[in-house]
Amino acid sequence: MSAVADTHSQEHHHGPAKGISRWLLTTNHKDIGSMYLMFSFAMFLLGGSMAMVIRAELFQPGLQIVQPEFFNQMTTMHGLIMVFGAVMPAFVGLANWMLPLMIGAPDMALPRMNNWSFWLLPCAFLILVSTLFMQGGAPNFGWTFYAPLSTTYGPPSTTFFIFAVHIMGVSSIMGAINVIATILNMRAPGMTLMKMPLFVWTWLITAFLLIAVMPVLAGVVTMMLMDINFGTSFFDASGGGDPVLFQHVFWFFGHPEVYIMILPAFGAISHIVAAFSRKPLFGYASMVYAVGAIALLSFVVWAHHMFTVGIPLAGQLFFMYATMLIAVPTGVKVFNWVTTMFRGSLSFEAPMLFAVAFIILFTIGGFSGLMLAIAPADFQYHDTYFVVAHFHYVLVPGAIFGIFASAYFWLPKWTGHMYDETLAKTHFWLSFIGMNLAFFPMHFLGLAGMPRRIPDYALQFADFNMVSSIGAFMFGVSQLLFLFIVVKCVRGGEKATAKPWDGAEGLEWTVPSPAPYHTFSTPPEVK
Amino acid sequence: MAEPQPQHGKRSNGRVIAWCMAGVVGMFAFGFALVPLYDVFCEITGINGKTGGRYEAQVTNQVDANRTVTVQFLASNGPGMSWEFRPVTRSIKVHPGEPVTVNFYAENGSDQAMVGQAVPSLSPAEGTLYFHKTECFCFNQQPLEAGESTEMPLVFIVDPELPEHITKLTLSYTLYDQSQKAEVSGAAGAAKTTNNNG
Amino acid sequence: MRVHAKRAVALAAGLLSPAVVVADWTMNMTPGVTGTSNQIFSLHMTILWICVAIGVVVFGVMFWSIFAHRKSQGAKPANFHENTVVEILWTIIPFAILVAMAIPATATLVEMYDTTESEVDIKITGYQWRWQYEYINEDFGYFSSLSTPRDQIENRQAKGENYLLEVDNPLVIPVGKKVRFLLTANDVIHSWWVPEFGVKKDAIPGFINETWTRVDEPGIYRGQCTELCGKDHGFMPVVVEAVPEEEYNAWVAEQREAAEKERQLTQKDWTLEELMERGEKAYATACAACHQADGSGAPPAFPALKGSPIATGDMTAHIDIVVNGKSGTAMQAFGNQLSEVDLAAVITYERNAWGNNTGDMVTPKEIFDYKNQQ
Repeated sequence: MSAVADTHSQEHHHGPAKGISRWLLTTNHKDIGSMYLMFSFAMFLLGGSMAMVIRAELFQPGLQIVQPEFFNQMTTMHGLIMVFGAVMPAFVGLANWMLPLMIGAPDMALPRMNNWSFWLLPCAFLILVSTLFMQGGAPNFGWTFYAPLSTTYGPPSTTFFIFAVHIMGVSSIMGAINVIATILNMRAPGMTLMKMPLFVWTWLITAFLLIAVMPVLAGVVTMMLMDINFGTSFFDASGGGDPVLFQHVFWFFGHPEVYIMILPAFGAISHIVAAFSRKPLFGYASMVYAVGAIALLSFVVWAHHMFTVGIPLAGQLFFMYATMLIAVPTGVKVFNWVTTMFRGSLSFEAPMLFAVAFIILFTIGGFSGLMLAIAPADFQYHDTYFVVAHFHYVLVPGAIFGIFASAYFWLPKWTGHMYDETLAKTHFWLSFIGMNLAFFPMHFLGLAGMPRRIPDYALQFADFNMVSSIGAFMFGVSQLLFLFIVVKCVRGGEKATAKPWDGAEGLEWTVPSPAPYHTFSTPPEVK
Repeated sequence: MAEPQPQHGKRSNGRVIAWCMAGVVGMFAFGFALVPLYDVFCEITGINGKTGGRYEAQVTNQVDANRTVTVQFLASNGPGMSWEFRPVTRSIKVHPGEPVTVNFYAENGSDQAMVGQAVPSLSPAEGTLYFHKTECFCFNQQPLEAGESTEMPLVFIVDPELPEHITKLTLSYTLYDQSQKAEVSGAAGAAKTTNNNG
Repeated sequence: MRVHAKRAVALAAGLLSPAVVVADWTMNMTPGVTGTSNQIFSLHMTILWICVAIGVVVFGVMFWSIFAHRKSQGAKPANFHENTVVEILWTIIPFAILVAMAIPATATLVEMYDTTESEVDIKITGYQWRWQYEYINEDFGYFSSLSTPRDQIENRQAKGENYLLEVDNPLVIPVGKKVRFLLTANDVIHSWWVPEFGVKKDAIPGFINETWTRVDEPGIYRGQCTELCGKDHGFMPVVVEAVPEEEYNAWVAEQREAAEKERQLTQKDWTLEELMERGEKAYATACAACHQADGSGAPPAFPALKGSPIATGDMTAHIDIVVNGKSGTAMQAFGNQLSEVDLAAVITYERNAWGNNTGDMVTPKEIFDYKNQQ
């Protein structure tokens, strides 16, 4: 992105290399951050196209466009690509760009490992996406790949799926180690832990979650591999195993995973809301404790994904209570954001529009999550579109809008240009309307009795499905506008100052825009 | 939380990496440890309905003649298993503490020798700890020649400590075709292999 | 059967009105027809209203700020950034609300887990892609498969009212009695759900799960499989007919008789003539619509069976296509829809009728073995 050489550096080369080796060999956190973000957006469009296929088939009852076998591949790959290819890499991209700038460090702690962490991803996803073209098709057992559907009854490509998951897991773990080392060891003098910006805090905690649970995911897919290829019976009753064991181990990873996918957004939104309210973030300390509490609690709630499996009463009650408890720290955060806005001096540029939408719509997703936590009621919600509505509300206006907000917020710093505000607001409104049209009716569909993961449905579900598909198409097309906005901003636009947002605080706003290739070669003093 | 900042140095990075890698390896091992942990947890609490192995009946087991518990029996075939498999007795009322024998009928109607393995599951799960099998056809594989049929015994005792509110237990067996595996280990149609799946 | 038909007419009248009213824009969960479903519905509505109230307050404050604290309207930012009292309050109050929610939730869950004192026990087995119901104390059982015609799914025919929610053999249970369900699966994990009962439980291969219901109102209740189980996960509905006790008892007696007869028929030694006689009847019901009574079919969509290479050639291939159907064509898998006796009879008939004269005969036992070896 930036080719301006840092004039006072003596030991480093002057500016980035030229051509493709720049990108293949770079150890620069800004370059690597950009690559993560570009990869993530490409995966977002790919996973989004699969969603378009799904919504096209669900536009009307009957099978019109695809066969059920392929439909199951689309739902599976859409989930895998969005979770592991779009959301997680986007947050790592934001971490790479912004963590060193926010703590006054010259780069990440382990720059070469940083490069490897990135390049593993295109390899992993090449393998994963190529399964679509293999005999038997791509994985078709849902992104949650329960045994024995995924073991005994999975297509031949399952082994490649497992391989891709391992590679992507290694990338995530290396990235997490890098983040922890950077944050713990490279903060500018004077920046104590409780003076760190909130985005740094949320990424520190996210990195610990990654270290804790990605290996468990690696374990469960390895067990799968062994059941499929080496005659073991981890999940096979005939050999003394238990399919429910799969679910326990998977969700032990899976639940912290969803917090991995939202905590960095919590951090970014805190910056943005404070900046556009021109007021300090309300309750910094409680924000930190809340994120810590959420992370800790996330380890003891996994079986709320398994309420209908036949867990005994005492277990159900424990998981219900623990899950309900997460509403407390999450609520604290929402109250803090709203109170930051209260009696501020608000303006609504694109980052703030996305941030406000985040707060409202993520909270709605949180409410449906609370409803799902009520175990007896969950017997009616589980595996229906009510769940699909819930997680799309926390992931789309949650994680994705958080990423868009961050992108608009930091694009001036990355590129040196202001993005086109009118186009950006258009992108916001189209996304907001499209997203709500797509996912709000899903609450009704689930309550009315429509199960998940079906390519065709009974007639009473037809009308809301049509509305949902229209919203989805609208949302999908709007993302092409975002691509246009970013490309346009990279290539030119109104010059951005070091601090284009007058309410913003932090070390990142003290360096020029675009940020020079090397920044903070000498650490700043933090008061 | 003011503390002096560590110098950016290879040694502190090294330490972070070492701790993180230890965490990674530990959590990977934990993932695998969950497998036996789950089994142990299930054994202790009986929560997944898997009744335990062979039970050594105590001579001093008291029979509670005042209480009756109904025990139901179900039989299912695993995928691809073609034997006829059914409980001879569908349901029986027992007194906790007294050993009871029931039989299951199995017939290999195909034209090949086959080996079956029955896997039990009990409901409600809280009853699992109180259902003791002293003799069960599920402890061993069952080889049957083509056309051969057999009656397989189950000898069990319902523990008098069974919680008061449980008045009915349902024991379900799923019969799996293990002919391939038995062949591979050279045990087809020959000696029974003790298998602690019970 | 007549009792059944009369009941069906009465039910239809009672059901049709809500069926028409069940709008395509249904927004809420059904309160259902059992104590459990009604309790769940109350919990659901209570939590929903609490969330709405909290949302109104929190978003209300936010919208107020958006309106009144805009820089463009001259608002100056305040500088406060903490307030211990407020922060403690808005931690404790939500916690208290949660405790209040947890109490009725716990009570309902305890009741849902109480499977004791059941009066009827039914074993439900999930298969790819249909349900099997076995009345374990009555010695009969049957498969229940989707009966929506392929033509409707593939948009060649208008969709019926219960599109995708209709089966050939529904589960029949008595009203007002506690019915216990024992769930397992043959292959992968399925899940049995009837929204109006408030009952959902996973069916796990190799394991047995239990749940229960007590239905208060007679009627036909429809649900679906709710755990991804492969390609036809969306095509294995659950249909339950809840009928008054006397009707249930009469139905059970009929089913036991029929099952006994079928068992005898499966076991008995059939002659070619007996199979042909039965096969002609079964053919007329199940096959003649497409392949015509004289076996001439309507090629190319419906091949002729008279003189056909399949009906006169390899027996296994013939059995395979009748039992498993042919994907990509209108030929369904009749293995789930006809009894072993009828399958054997129909195939025997096809191999010998209209001059095919192979002299071949398939016994019900052979069909049973074939189906189980798949």
